[in-house]
Amino acid sequence: MANDYFIQAYSHIRNNQIWHNGESIFTADSADFSSFMKAAYKHFALDYGKFFKMDSLSKLAFMASNPLLNDEPEKNTALVMTNKAGSLDTDRKHQTTMNDYPSPAVFVYTLPNICLGEISIKHQLYSENAFFVFDSFNPSTLHDYANALLDSKKAEKVLCGWVDFEHQKHDAFLYIVSKSGTFEHSLETLNRLYQTP
Amino acid sequence: MDKVFLSYNNIVSAYGFDSLSAISQIENEVSSLKRTEDERILSDPFYTSRPTDTIVSEAFELLQPTKKYTRLEKLLAISLASTIRQSNIALTNRVGLIISTTKGNIDVLERANPFPEERAYLSELGTQIKSFFQFENDAVVLSNACVSGVLAVAVAKRFIDQGRYDHVFVAGGDLVTKFILSGFNAFQALSKEPCRPYCKTRSGINIGEVAASVLVTNDPNKLTKESVEVLGEASCNDANHISGPSRTGEGLHRSIQLAMAQTKLSASEIDYVSGHGTATQFNDEMEAIAFNRSGLQDTPMNSLKGYFGHTLGASGLLETIIGMHSLHRNTLFTNLGFQELGVSEPLNIIQRTTSEKLSTFLKTASGFGGCNTAALFKKVTANG
Repeated sequence: MANDYFIQAYSHIRNNQIWHNGESIFTADSADFSSFMKAAYKHFALDYGKFFKMDSLSKLAFMASNPLLNDEPEKNTALVMTNKAGSLDTDRKHQTTMNDYPSPAVFVYTLPNICLGEISIKHQLYSENAFFVFDSFNPSTLHDYANALLDSKKAEKVLCGWVDFEHQKHDAFLYIVSKSGTFEHSLETLNRLYQTP
Repeated sequence: MDKVFLSYNNIVSAYGFDSLSAISQIENEVSSLKRTEDERILSDPFYTSRPTDTIVSEAFELLQPTKKYTRLEKLLAISLASTIRQSNIALTNRVGLIISTTKGNIDVLERANPFPEERAYLSELGTQIKSFFQFENDAVVLSNACVSGVLAVAVAKRFIDQGRYDHVFVAGGDLVTKFILSGFNAFQALSKEPCRPYCKTRSGINIGEVAASVLVTNDPNKLTKESVEVLGEASCNDANHISGPSRTGEGLHRSIQLAMAQTKLSASEIDYVSGHGTATQFNDEMEAIAFNRSGLQDTPMNSLKGYFGHTLGASGLLETIIGMHSLHRNTLFTNLGFQELGVSEPLNIIQRTTSEKLSTFLKTASGFGGCNTAALFKKVTANG
């Protein structure tokens, strides 16, 4: 189990700005997250109508994974994501509407792993999915779990990271762990890349 | 790589507060689902299975808590306390804790609930359980829809294989709440009668409430008589739809194939399949297609939802534990509620509790988000 893995690519979304491998690729002066996402959608000419049905967490995960997966030929790429708020932003929506008009379109998003399903559908990935919830970014667990998937050949690559959305506050840091890349797959690298887009 | 086993286990349910109280009633083909009128949860009567507040609180008080805990925390703590005590393992830095839940303490969002809203964060649930038992390691909370329980077992094995832990306590639980029932009702997925998995007259799911826990370990000296070895496990997405099961059973079929590929077993060497079988039209049909594609149409199978309903984040774990006992007792449990096959492909549904020599079983689950998980287990014989 002494395989060496690397970070092939990474992305961030914070404060109405999107970065790919540390370079800003889009920023917007939007009043809220929804209009920021709409502006990004137009900017990248995504042409994917389902995007507008997604809840904020799925939009965030979808938009952060897009630059990483668009040119990724490896379909056995596992998805492993983590956050603090789970699906609480949508949970509160369902909680306030469930007495009068509970909506299946809202309820289905009251699970954090739905965002993994959305990414799997878009990029046609029949791969491993897991969603974990932690109090804060937890590189050690992500690191060991990604290595476990790669060592056991359950996946050729692993797209992992942190996608948290609550009260308009959004924080995404995603990265692909692979057998080749620029940065060593280590806790030090993960901590450093998470801090600075 | 060391073998990884499932060992000491507990089920807290309406049947009682240990695995055997559930197993003995299942063996007698007795359901714990009851017609329930509770307007705080659903305006119409519904079928569910829940331990009463009084006996949960009584059992929890025996653990001598020093502050207030939520109902879900109590259920999980009662279950884990039993499993930890039985295993007699010190909670060192080599011992992990995985909590499998879809919604955790979601009831704290209700206005009348006395707990602060912070308790709704799933990590907070993990923290409460960790500190209740004074685990050295932080809890890993897995929230991956209805595959969480069986995926949690797979995740525990992966962490042990990776050398992160030697032992992992996996606990799963979810509550029966208005939040959940109103949502499934909006999908028109709730049955007005006890559910009938795979049956022609099935009319949807019942939601039930349990907490279950198991020790996952690489230590062959920490086994019980119902212990099983985890032979293979895999989880694949349908890449098709977030709420509708795949019409080709793609993700489930792939999960089964990949789990089997890690073993030396062929489909004909699997003695029993513990399916997901929620009794919705689309789920059960999807499973029938996937099991036929995997060559498992002749293997005796059941869904255990007719005993407990769908227990969400606990279900995969609960049903894995029952599978362990099924193997140990060499008994196939009847698929309660089933009358006549109601899926488009053949399945060998267990229609009467029968004695049968058993050594392997497959557990599967599928859920929202297009997720599927399959895990294969083998009985551990007396001499290892």
